[in-house]
Amino acid sequence: MFDDFFIRALVAGLGIALVTGPLGCFVVWRRLSYFGDTLAHSALLGVTMAYTLELNIALSVFIISSLIALILIQLQKKTNLPGDALLGLLAHSSLAVGLVVIGFLTFIRFDIMGLLFGDILAVTTDDLLIIWTGGAVILLVLKLIWKPLFASTVNYELAEAEGLNPDRAKAIFTILMAAVIAISIKMVGLLLITGMLIIPAAMARNISDSPIKMVIYSIIGGLLSVVLGLFSSLEFNTSSGPSIIVAALILFILSLLNIKQSIKLKN
Amino acid sequence: MSRENNTLVKLNNAGFKQNGKWLVEGVTLAVEKGKIVTLIGPNGSGKSTTAKIALGIYKNIEGSVEKYTNKVGYVPQKISIDWTLPIRVQDFMLLTENIKEEKIDEALSLTGVIHLKNKSLGNLSGGEFQRVLIARAICKKPELLVLDEPVQGVDYTGEIALYELIKKISDSLHCGILLISHDLHTVMTATDYVVCLNGHVCCSGSPMDVARNNEYKTLFGEQASKILSVYEHKHDHVHSDEGEIKKN
Repeated sequence: MFDDFFIRALVAGLGIALVTGPLGCFVVWRRLSYFGDTLAHSALLGVTMAYTLELNIALSVFIISSLIALILIQLQKKTNLPGDALLGLLAHSSLAVGLVVIGFLTFIRFDIMGLLFGDILAVTTDDLLIIWTGGAVILLVLKLIWKPLFASTVNYELAEAEGLNPDRAKAIFTILMAAVIAISIKMVGLLLITGMLIIPAAMARNISDSPIKMVIYSIIGGLLSVVLGLFSSLEFNTSSGPSIIVAALILFILSLLNIKQSIKLKN
Repeated sequence: MSRENNTLVKLNNAGFKQNGKWLVEGVTLAVEKGKIVTLIGPNGSGKSTTAKIALGIYKNIEGSVEKYTNKVGYVPQKISIDWTLPIRVQDFMLLTENIKEEKIDEALSLTGVIHLKNKSLGNLSGGEFQRVLIARAICKKPELLVLDEPVQGVDYTGEIALYELIKKISDSLHCGILLISHDLHTVMTATDYVVCLNGHVCCSGSPMDVARNNEYKTLFGEQASKILSVYEHKHDHVHSDEGEIKKN
């Protein structure tokens, strides 16, 4: 069944959308889109490390992204630079270091475009296993930390005062972010992963009035984007990542119609 | 029961320093079951800080806090919900604990905002939101309730009703309440113990004791002292024309 590359890509993409849906909602709520971007940029370094040390790509990306997240937290504590400057510093320098290291690894032929924008041909049966088991673990952990994470997103002090331990939830969420980037890098590409997190969630925000609804619509939006994106990628011979993101963008634009309507209703 | 068993939270010489400046220091107080402890003091005197120390929100504190309960309800002074979160009143009620539907309805009815249950939190007025905050804090049946100016922005009649409700809750749930309030009238009628802060504990004791205290008078003026005496029924002193209190 998974012999066909297209079926593999579809199954991989759907698995990713199931995870990015709920995680993306938190990225939007907690204003972490640039943080997600930084982790994704550092993924290139993770990929080069995977090739040099002959590690699994997802594992190696996960390690590097977590490391970058840790460095960020340390820099925030030790310097007086604003958060966005630190994020930019880490994002671009880790991307640059990654590209320089690739230059040294002349013995390996890299598909840079595939790394940056995703490549459906690259998805193997092993990748499917990683995406679905990794995704299941991510979702399970997210469900476990849902209450403290959501409460502290609404108000940190309320969560802390009422004994929910928001700091722990935040730390775990950071690890989940690194993990979702690790499992989706092959499919969507490192420049576009954040789009997969944010765009379906932003679309869902336009049509929901409760957190649970937003999560559900975000998942549905992600699944639709994957299906539409991959079919058009096959049809028009375009990269898988951009095609999926464009599909998500179209859904987002459609969701704007809902906002216009509700504003009209209010008037 | 001994005094120790009734204690819900206890601050021992506690203080908190931020950027090298003491927000509050040397606070010793205890909140017991069924008792209302009120913090009063001018702006910037460390009332909210003291509440946050008691709640464990501030970690690196001087002195110590002993907390004997995890069932806490908190109404913070400032809370802003941002539009990126689609959240209705009923979702907000479940924020820190899963609570049965009937309990939620009951609490929202008590604070007079049951009609807002399906409304988005972002569309509430200040007073409405305050009532929702109180409902949320009481509906989890806490052992310790910390209310930081809980009736700010609430209309005058609502204010009285809410303070009555708070008193009723303290009696029926037998929970301890740490209250921060600017309304000296209310404070003095309902409170068991008053702590007057001004960066440190100025004076503390029963409402009457505090009212008589000279430091309290300097902080709040003679007028405030008179307000308190309205609620005093034992008449163990008289007031001179200048507002001085003379013991009988």
